[in-house]
Parts: sequence; structure tokens; C-alpha cells
Amino acid sequence: MDKIWLIVQREYLTRVRKKSFLIMSLLAPLLLAGSMVGIALLSSSSKTDVVAVRDESGQQLLTRLVATEDVKFVPATGSSLAAATEAFRKDKAKQDALLYFPPTFTLDSAAGVQLLANGNVSLKRQNAIKKAVNKTVGDLKLSRSGLNQSTIDNLKANVELSAVDLTQEGGRKNNVGATTGAAYLLSILVYMFIFIYGVQVMRGVSEEKSNRIMEVMLSSVKPFQLMMGKILGIAAVVFTQFALWAVLSWGLTTIAAPLLTDSARKSPPVAAAAGVQEASAARETPTADAPAATTATAAPAADSSPLAFLDGLPLGSIIGGFLFFFLGGYLLYSSLFAAIGAAVDDQTDAQQFMFPVTVPLILSYIVSINVIINGDPNGPLAFWLSMVPLTSPIAMVMRLPFGVPMWQLLLSGAILVAGFIFTTWLAARIYRVGVLMYGKKITYGELSKWMFYKG
Amino acid sequence: MTPILQAINVRKAYAAHVALDDVSLDIPERSIFGLLGPNGAGKTSLIRIITQITAADEGEIRVRGQKLHPDHIAEIGYLPEERGLYKKMKVGEQLLYLARLRGLSRPDATQRIKGWLDRLDLKPWAEKNVEDLSKGMQQKVQFVATVLHEPSIIILDEPFSGFDPINANLIKDEILALRDKGATIIFSTHRMESVEELCDNIALINRSHKVLDGSVRDIKNTFRSQTYEVEGRGRLLVTHPDFEVLEHKDRENGHFYDVIRLHAGTSPNDLLRYLIGNVEVHAFRELIPSINDIFIRRVQETMPESLLETTPA
Repeated sequence: MDKIWLIVQREYLTRVRKKSFLIMSLLAPLLLAGSMVGIALLSSSSKTDVVAVRDESGQQLLTRLVATEDVKFVPATGSSLAAATEAFRKDKAKQDALLYFPPTFTLDSAAGVQLLANGNVSLKRQNAIKKAVNKTVGDLKLSRSGLNQSTIDNLKANVELSAVDLTQEGGRKNNVGATTGAAYLLSILVYMFIFIYGVQVMRGVSEEKSNRIMEVMLSSVKPFQLMMGKILGIAAVVFTQFALWAVLSWGLTTIAAPLLTDSARKSPPVAAAAGVQEASAARETPTADAPAATTATAAPAADSSPLAFLDGLPLGSIIGGFLFFFLGGYLLYSSLFAAIGAAVDDQTDAQQFMFPVTVPLILSYIVSINVIINGDPNGPLAFWLSMVPLTSPIAMVMRLPFGVPMWQLLLSGAILVAGFIFTTWLAARIYRVGVLMYGKKITYGELSKWMFYKG
Repeated sequence: MTPILQAINVRKAYAAHVALDDVSLDIPERSIFGLLGPNGAGKTSLIRIITQITAADEGEIRVRGQKLHPDHIAEIGYLPEERGLYKKMKVGEQLLYLARLRGLSRPDATQRIKGWLDRLDLKPWAEKNVEDLSKGMQQKVQFVATVLHEPSIIILDEPFSGFDPINANLIKDEILALRDKGATIIFSTHRMESVEELCDNIALINRSHKVLDGSVRDIKNTFRSQTYEVEGRGRLLVTHPDFEVLEHKDRENGHFYDVIRLHAGTSPNDLLRYLIGNVEVHAFRELIPSINDIFIRRVQETMPESLLETTPA
């Protein structure tokens, strides 16, 4: 045990002292905070488009086109289309597009409408304009058939859907934005970190092998100790990174928050930003009054509490579950990666053996998104994905924000523990033979033989 | 006195071949022991069993009469043939790490590292990464790592490969000093001439079998062939009832060089007496076989047998 501890220390310290670790730890929250400021600034500066209208249809369309948040209509200058086009070109700073209704345009054959602009018109802008024109033409048709404007307005339905989660105490409002954001964020964190640090374990092992230090090490420690020491040391690096990110991004967003609150109130934030915010805040004490959280009001109607967006999320099980399933998944996969590193002579040979390890990892992420986030988070497929130990670290973490019954958490956790004990045992058997095997072309058949070597 | 290290009927087989077959060795304390044999003979397998990297299939290793136990790791220092260190780690830290893995406390290790680095002129390099050192210096660091925990058994696999002659001598002196302080040294090598003069005892291993073992003096005595080298001037009779001329070379001005084997019952003095009566003797020397010669002879003797073993009937 003492020896494992020494190995853990070395693996941890050599990595944490690297410049790249420091850069990663500082840069990631900066990038995060920076991109949030960027998103906020962009969304606040997303100005209303000014569209010049040249109407030759004689329907008085310009007066009827209703301005919205996104688009506003002004009459085009000039007495002909060519003149209007010319004027638009010269005056392009003020007008974003020129909308042209030809003389042939009638309510019944609404064709030939053109949108002229410098360069391509974005789909969003096209849709906004199309919607405005559609509404106007629709209203005109309705009034032609004898309805007055107030009747038309009365006919329009404006339904707001409000989903309520009954499993929550008191049937609190279901916060889909935050839930989905958290599900995405947590699962991609698990996926990325298992991948990145699993490969680091593999590299570390194969580096020891190609440095020929294995034999020196193995004359003092057991192969299993060496392997576990490396895996645990790197796990400690990951958690240090998590903690640093949490503290730094909390600190940075606290500083950046005053800059954001104004603009953020106007525009609903992007889901990813909300999720990131949520996670960083979630890793802090959830009760901490993080002003930054106000930027992340995924629920459009911001409640008075700054942490309102966390309402309805089972925070305790998310944090606990995330840490547990991340660690479990990391241990499971990294021991397999360690076995690969031990089996091959150099990194290029590692590719073929990495394939069967990375495929379940990638698949479990992709399939989980479809089954859980876009499907039924509590359906049978979601259940099985979160039970099989190769997929459960990602699938279960993705399900956590939607709320998972305790018995499923415990069962899946137990299976995961059994799973990583098994893979660690398996990996240790390959490892102990592989690390001293040089210059041999390794096949799967060879690997399976190693598992049954004795001594 | 119990030998410090004993191998008793050790057998180790891998999937495709038998690496060691019924190998027994006694290694006396405070001696230098040569474990000799060609590449692939099984030397490294035996060492890996002693250092507990692998285990024997049959038989056992005893340290001072005790069955091999994990605690013995601290008593053994092992310099593998495949040298290696963590390249991105500082020399001082690396030595500290390896020493602590072998059970040394931090203050003890630090103090000893200082002493060794001083002695081997490595002190200015203590804070440098291993990759910044020359190959020879890395070898010295590796040697220090092997002996830092003051093991009572030091196993050196191909100890002098990779050292230039100056450093090789430096290391040789350190090894002898360690022996004088009470350590037992085991050399493993296929370059027998490199350790012959240092070893008190040797064992020859070939094709997973021990071919020969004993003290160097005894072995050489056993393999003496009553052959003498004679240089002189004059004419020498080619046939004689008491000896046989194996090789004869005439040189300018009536000088000659002969290799002569005595027949049983003839002493070197008889030959010398004969020579003095006939020619002018310039040199007279017994041809003592080198360990290398002995090994080759021994292997050739056992070869037909081992060929039989491997050829299907």
C-alpha cells in the first residue's frame, strides 16, 4: 500500500507540475468565461434588421407589415426597382435587405416576392421576414372575407406550455432547459475525461515500457501496484483539474457577471452556456449566492432567486452520481487502456487495440443522447444503457438531471464496481506479462493466452 | 555457512520453451559470482525469479536459508540489462523515488543520494532531467539507483555494457568496494572475459541447463590440459614418448614456437629438463584455458546430447 501511495504521488506530481496542466487549468475557465461574455455581447448586439420594402403590387403592404423584435420595415427610396436597388446599395449600412413585391403580386397568387441583399441572407433573417409577410397576407385574406381586425386577433391562439414534474416535492416546475443542458454537459465531461485521461494512462505505461524502466520498477513493486498507482495518480490529476476549474470559473463568472446581467436579461442564453454555468455552480456549494447564475436563467421568466435555474434539478444525486460514475468509468476504461499500453511496443501499434475500447465509449455517448435526451430518460433502453458497465458511466450521468430512482443508482453503481474490478483484474494479467515483452507482434490470441499465464 | 542465495531445482517454462530446467546454485556470501552463458540461455529468467518479477514453476529460491519473501526485495539491488529511467524526471528526484520504493525513508535516501552523487561526480546534474545527461552519466545514475538502498545482494546484468573504459573502471572499483563492505555481487553476462578476473565463483548456463559451476580456480584446475607454450631457439624433436607437439611454428634465426601437451605421468619439469638439454629456452608457460574456452568445450561436449533432446525421435 505504501508503494502504491509513492507511485500515486509521483504520477500526480509530475503531471500537475507540467506547464501544460497549468495552462489547461487556467485557460479553460478563461475560455469559458470569455465565450460567455462573447455570447452575451453577441446576443445583445443582435440588432433589429432594417428591411427596405418596394411594393409595386398596390396592396399597401408596407403599412400592414408588422415590425417585430427581429425585423423592421421601411419604405424603399427611388421610383423604380432599379433605383431602389441602387439606393439600397449605396445605403447598405442602414438597411440590411430589400424586399420587393412585383406588380403581379396578389393575395391569391403570392409569388415572385424577392429579397435582395448584399451577400447571402441568413436563414434566420429570411424566416423572420417570411413570417411577417405571411402574417400580413393571411390577415389581409381574413379581412377580405369579412372579418374585422379585432375578431382576427381574438381568433389567434397563444398557448404557453408549462411542464410540471410530479416526482418533485410539491410538483415544481420542470426546468427542461437546465435539465437538458446539465445532461449534455455532465455526460460530455465524463466522455471527454475518460477518453483524455484514459489515453494518458496508456501513454504513461507505454512510455515506461519503451524507456525500459519497467524492469527496474518491477524489481521493487508488483505490476499491479505500478498499474494502480498510475491509474489513481492520474485520477487525482483529473479531480484537481475539476476543482480548479470549478473555483476559477466560479470566480471569473462572478467578476464577469455584472457585465452580463443587463444583456442577459434581454436574451435567453444558449443552452450550453446555461449548462456550463449550472455545473460550475453545482460543484460549488449550491447555496452560494452566485450572481453569475442570473445569466443562466434557462427558464425565460427569471425568478427572484439567482439560483432559480437549479430548481427542479436533483442536485445531491447529480453531484454525487457524477463523481461516482465518472470515477467508476475512468477506472474501468483506464485499466483497459493500461493493458493496451503494456501490450504494445509503441504507440502506433496501439491503434488497433484501442478500437474495441473506444467504440463502446463513443457509442454510449451517441446512443445515450438519442435515447435519453431526445428520447425517454426513463425508458427501458435508457435503463439498460445505464446498467451495462461499459455504457453506464455516460448513460447514467446523462440521466441524473432527469431524476433516477435510487434503486437504479445503487444497482448500476454496484454493477460498475464489479465491472471495474473485473477489468482491472483482466488488465493486470495482461499488464504483468506485457510490460516485459519486447519485440513481439501482439495479436488478440496472444493477449488471451496471457490472461491464463501463471506466476 | 549457509549460502546467502540458493536456487534449488528451479524450473521455469514459458508457452513456447523451457527457460530454466532443474537449475540449482549456491552463492556464498561476500563473494563475486558470475552467472555466465550465451544469450537466451536462461540467465535473465533466473534473475527475474530472484528479483521476484516472475515466479518459478518448480523449485525455490532461498535467501540465507529462508524462502523468498517480498521483504527480500529491499535486500536485492538489480541493474537490468535493459537500462531505463524516467526521462523527464530530475536525477535527484528519480533516485529518491526509486530508493523510497525499496523501503528507504526520505531523510536516509536524501543523505545517501548526496554521498553517491558526490562520489561519482554527478552532483552538478542532480537538478537536471535524465534526458539531458549523456548515456554514460545515465548509466552511472542507474548504477547508483541499484545500490542506493545498500542491498546485501547486488545483481548486475551485463554490468559494463554501455560504459566507456574509464567509467567501467570506476564502476568496477565501486563494485569491489561494495563487496569489501559485505555485499554479494552477482554478475550476469555472455561476455565471459569481461568478468572472469573479478569472479570468485561462476556458474555456466546453456540452453536452460546449468552446465558447470564452482570456484574459478577449481574449474580451471579441472580443465587444465597439461599443455605448455614453449618459445626458444634450436631444433626440437617432433616425436617423443612423453609428450606430443600440437603446434609448431618456425621463426627467423632458428627461433621456434611450440604448443606441447604432456602425456600422463609426465611433469612440466620433465619437459623442461628435456628442453634445456636440447634447445635454448626463451619462454615456458602453461596454457590455462579461459572460462570462455572451458565453456565452449563444455557446450560442445554436451551438444550431441542436447541435439538429441530437441530432435524428435
